[in-house]
Amino acid sequence: MAMLSRVADHLYWMSRYLERAQHTARLLDVTLDMIPDRSPAAVARSWETLLASLNIDPPDDLPRKPRHITNYLAFDIDSGHSIVHHMTVARENARQVRELISSEMWEQLNRLYLDVQTTNINRIWGQSGEFLFSVKQGAHLFQGITDSTMNRGEGWHFIQLGQYTERAGNVAALLGAHIEDQVDARQHGADQYLELLGLLRSCTAFEAYCKVYSAELQFDEVAEFLLLNDTFPFSVNFAASRMRAALESIADLTDSRRNNPLIRRAGRLKAMLDYEQIDELIAGGLRRHLDTVQILSAQIHSGVHDTYIAYSVEDKLTSLV
Amino acid sequence: MSSTATVAPPDLLEHYDAGPAYDEFLGGDRQPRGHYQALYQHLRSLPANELSRRQSAADLSFLNQGITFTVYSNEQGTERIFPYDLLPRIITGSEWSVIDRGLRQRMTALNLFLHDIYHDGWILKDKVVPVELVYSAPHYRREMRGVDVPRGVYVAVDGTDLVRVDDGRFLVLEDNLRVPSGVSYMLANRQVMKRVFPGQFRHYGVQPILNYGQALLGTLASLAPAHVDNPNIVLLTPGVFNSAYFEHTFLARQMGIPLVEGRDLLVHDNHVYMRTTAGLQRVDVVYRRVDDDFLDPLVFRPDSILGVPGLFNAYRAGNVTLANAVGTGVADDKAVYAYVPAIIRYYLDEDAILANVETYLLTDPAARQHVLANLHKLVVKAVGESGGYDMLIGPHSTAEQREQFRERILANPRNYIAQPTLNLSCAPCFVDGQIEARHIDLRPFVLSGREITIAPGGLTRVALRRGSLVVNSSQGGGSKDTWVLTEAEV
Repeated sequence: MAMLSRVADHLYWMSRYLERAQHTARLLDVTLDMIPDRSPAAVARSWETLLASLNIDPPDDLPRKPRHITNYLAFDIDSGHSIVHHMTVARENARQVRELISSEMWEQLNRLYLDVQTTNINRIWGQSGEFLFSVKQGAHLFQGITDSTMNRGEGWHFIQLGQYTERAGNVAALLGAHIEDQVDARQHGADQYLELLGLLRSCTAFEAYCKVYSAELQFDEVAEFLLLNDTFPFSVNFAASRMRAALESIADLTDSRRNNPLIRRAGRLKAMLDYEQIDELIAGGLRRHLDTVQILSAQIHSGVHDTYIAYSVEDKLTSLV
Repeated sequence: MSSTATVAPPDLLEHYDAGPAYDEFLGGDRQPRGHYQALYQHLRSLPANELSRRQSAADLSFLNQGITFTVYSNEQGTERIFPYDLLPRIITGSEWSVIDRGLRQRMTALNLFLHDIYHDGWILKDKVVPVELVYSAPHYRREMRGVDVPRGVYVAVDGTDLVRVDDGRFLVLEDNLRVPSGVSYMLANRQVMKRVFPGQFRHYGVQPILNYGQALLGTLASLAPAHVDNPNIVLLTPGVFNSAYFEHTFLARQMGIPLVEGRDLLVHDNHVYMRTTAGLQRVDVVYRRVDDDFLDPLVFRPDSILGVPGLFNAYRAGNVTLANAVGTGVADDKAVYAYVPAIIRYYLDEDAILANVETYLLTDPAARQHVLANLHKLVVKAVGESGGYDMLIGPHSTAEQREQFRERILANPRNYIAQPTLNLSCAPCFVDGQIEARHIDLRPFVLSGREITIAPGGLTRVALRRGSLVVNSSQGGGSKDTWVLTEAEV
């Protein structure tokens, strides 16, 4: 049976916000964790990189201090940028489709929500690492439960689409924010190492990277890994594969495969990531290419909305007969 | 092989006192009744604190599953778990068979009554029920006159509130014929109970209720428009902010049908469609959990954003079934209620198996005078309300409240009825770490389609505040699992 448009929309957003909560927790965790290793100037710069990676334009009066930043990114529900905010929205979306997701999925998401919602900065300060770990772990658990309890119907594909559309944009933004740092830090070998380490860890990519390349971190190779690698789950290319697969499955299930512009866009994104060379991308301006990734993701996002969620009823009525 | 020190079991019943109410648990000699014996022995065998531990486990299970209702005490609307009492309420097979027969009889008659008053109105012409009483009922829908509904079933899903009075009889307190809720708590309570008292549950021989979702789906399918073979059935909810939203998702999941909101549906050419990712899809049966008033802004309240414009016309054209039908509220009007025994006699030529509670109609001058003189002893209810709203409980009221009701009654006598204050029966409940007596009622759920199906038991609601007679969840009520025993085991 076909899926309600509203339901597809909720599943998509549930998944996007959960991914966003997890991404925020990971970036914040890495930044806090590396404070002792960095010089005061590098720490100050790391806050700006963190905020830029998350596409956040913070209020002017936000002190660049660990506790304040943590409170802002973890608990400030009004800002729209915090983990609590993302978890609340994810759970609110899930609540509207409770009959569609498995009870196990709902219980895990609800538990995670209750955990983050009932604590605050005073309670976790001093153990922020544990708190952020529990958020990441809880989100991973949810994704695992989803994998093992939900049938591979349309709903599952909308969940995949939400997760990987969010991830592609997040990793592209993260890389973009680190380009500045790299230019500044070229002359300092030790500092550069730390920045690249932080970048990789922000995508749980350090260990995977070392297996593919070596522990000697090079920006070009890190960028190649996070952008073009087609087997690592946090790379943009991997995300693009999943987006395309989800869009194709949805098109098949809704009988909308022919001339589907969404599949074209996903194919274009995938082709760029499959066939471009990292040295050419860098020579041609990496930022410009990262922008292209973001633009194509945004087009896919709005295209999904126009095609499956908020389509014109008049068009569909004429085809009913 | 460890020898445990023999400690005299603590007196479990030290704090248990049912007072003058009918005691479900203890008989006249203050000994547990036969069907409660085994449970009592089991409770005595548990270590101290064990009940508290199981209560916490049950509460956590409800919270994590999100089995909550929304309380609008502050602007955010917080979610609370529906308080759950650990100890089951037990009904014998023979007690249940009376209730079961009584409910079948009552629902059969009420469906005939609804068909009659929206068609020829024989019962009104024969002056068995006063015609002005029906036409003045707040939930009477003149739009329904002459509308035929499949199988003549107006009330597909009913929740009848029963109370047990001093002599042990079950009486009907009120019928809920519009959008009764609570069945999900009945099912969730049972699920938790099986985890909390697994051994007891098996030992007792309790009649199962698990197939409720299937029975409801079958009932709805049997009411599809005549020409539809494989009906597309949906559940229409007001949305996530409705206090019964959990129940709506629960039932949709149990039945495997889409949970839709008004904005998911549209009407074209008198047919109902839902918006899906693959385009528009026909809808044949709507199990609607939205009140009449909000169903269709073109016919009922124009300010409703919950409903579907054009739905009523599609319904009147017979292209879609609404369950329950529109306009059923006239039959659970609390003044019409007083006539239900007469209604049963009129259509079925039988005496009511389940009696009513004595009811004073305030349109009758003599009754009104009596009621106004005895407000401190009586319960006064608005005829069209449910959920314990707009209600006066005389013995627990202030002079000021009584004065307010006196004025309201005099201003609009048709809008109120009065009943004696009933002493609801008591059952043991686990409250604050000890076993105490609390007042309870019973809401069984009756499904009417091709046939009538009743899940054995229903939702036992508990007035958790000591001495309170109000079981509504909005006013401090909770619930407990209800066991109906198979006849052979008793």
